[in-house]
Amino acid sequence: MASLFPTTRRSVVHALRSDDSQERTRAFDTLVAIYWKPLYKYARMTWHRAPEDAEDLTQAFFARVYERESLAGFDAGKAAFRTYLKTLFERHAANESKAATRIKRGGATTQLDFAEAEAELKHETATPEDLFYRDWVRSVFALAIVRTREVITDEQFALFEAYDLSDDRDVSYRELASRFGMRETTVTNHLAAARRKFREAVLDTLREATATDEEFRAEARALLGIENDF
Amino acid sequence: MISDATVARLRSVAQQPDLTGTPYTIVREIARGGMSIVYEAVDARLDRRIALKVLALELSSSEAARRMKYEARTIARLEHPGIVPIHDIGELPDGRVFYTMKLVRGMTLGEFARNRPRADLLRLFLRICDAIAFAHAAGIVHRDLKPENIMVGEFGEVLVMDWGVAASIDATGEIAGTHGFMAPEQLRGEPVNRRADIFALGAILQLVASGDRPLCAISEKAMANDPGQRYGDVSALAADVARYLDAQAVSAYRENVAERVVRWTRRNAALVAVVTAYIVMRVIVFFWLGR
Repeated sequence: MASLFPTTRRSVVHALRSDDSQERTRAFDTLVAIYWKPLYKYARMTWHRAPEDAEDLTQAFFARVYERESLAGFDAGKAAFRTYLKTLFERHAANESKAATRIKRGGATTQLDFAEAEAELKHETATPEDLFYRDWVRSVFALAIVRTREVITDEQFALFEAYDLSDDRDVSYRELASRFGMRETTVTNHLAAARRKFREAVLDTLREATATDEEFRAEARALLGIENDF
Repeated sequence: MISDATVARLRSVAQQPDLTGTPYTIVREIARGGMSIVYEAVDARLDRRIALKVLALELSSSEAARRMKYEARTIARLEHPGIVPIHDIGELPDGRVFYTMKLVRGMTLGEFARNRPRADLLRLFLRICDAIAFAHAAGIVHRDLKPENIMVGEFGEVLVMDWGVAASIDATGEIAGTHGFMAPEQLRGEPVNRRADIFALGAILQLVASGDRPLCAISEKAMANDPGQRYGDVSALAADVARYLDAQAVSAYRENVAERVVRWTRRNAALVAVVTAYIVMRVIVFFWLGR
């Protein structure tokens, strides 16, 4: 039987320890892309940090994570990687005065739009824990969308954007067929292809965002399975 | 930022099965249950919409796959106008079992029953009984009869759906079904026979009975705790409901004289109307001549 969770990626926990600098940089980019916003908002909501302070805290944290052995203390038997990283962030926040530096290194290419994160926080009513998870899911999906964009055709992505990424829930396949000048079956075929690639991208991203195969499967089931509602 | 609604949609999209190599393309999700998800899909070979049922990611074990195949074969055996017909069975690239069946456009019995005349619902109930009696004759017990598993189509057709926990008569095994519609012996995990379905049919009838004494009595008899006290088969239950519809005495209820008169009056409404009109006319004539 083929795997239910096919993926070619490996966990950032391992990739960050790689001797291959390209792999380390890529893993670090992925880590930052998925976690910066959940952690930034967590700092703002839990400790009521000022925006600039939370920005520094978040960036300094990632700079520390870039150190090769920073994740060495992770024990897959004790917690999910997401939980571990949050705990590490809490410890980092508690000890930051001792560090007394605001290092901004690591070389991540991900743009951290703190202003956008601030705007999102304005209307937020969720608890910090719930928001952390929701933002984590959003970040995983956002990265998966970027990766999907890279592997499907422009036409396929335009349809995916107009149907699955749009907040307009009333648009029909027939309307899309008319708008894009194609047959309805072509619309459904393109969407099926885009969704297939999106699903692969989500699984790849999840594989990187988790530490062990067991954790990856558990997260995949929680995110794509049938039991949990967002 | 991606909105919550878009995230929910993307989660649903990412769960969609990979149908590469099949003639099917997903259109939308129709329903999801404990074991599986049902999609509306297009069969490109015949250019028609069908329903495609696939195991949930969560339940990809060989036991779940075996169960799904058994379900498909069970439905395939039950060729009856009241049982949803199956078209095809297959395996996805990821190994999950799926099958396709007729796409039923309509509503569940629960939705259909709102504000419908009781007589219409009872006639519909008799057609459900027909389908279940047919399954029983083929040695199959549904084990999860409830309004949500019965579809009423656009043209009034009635289809019993979701044979996912159906089993051979007297089979033992896992406790499956829905509370409120499960017979006591089913809840205890004991072997079940056709009387477990009769219990569920009684529970469905109860929703229609709404205080009517003969109907409540039929329902109560069907739902007796002791299976031996229930109707012996679905046909006997259906016969009692048919008698009720025909304003005849039902076997499950001993009526008093007043109720018998009311029922007789209901059954002979035309005759009663003629006689009443005649008496009224005679009374009027009597008083008019006596002035």
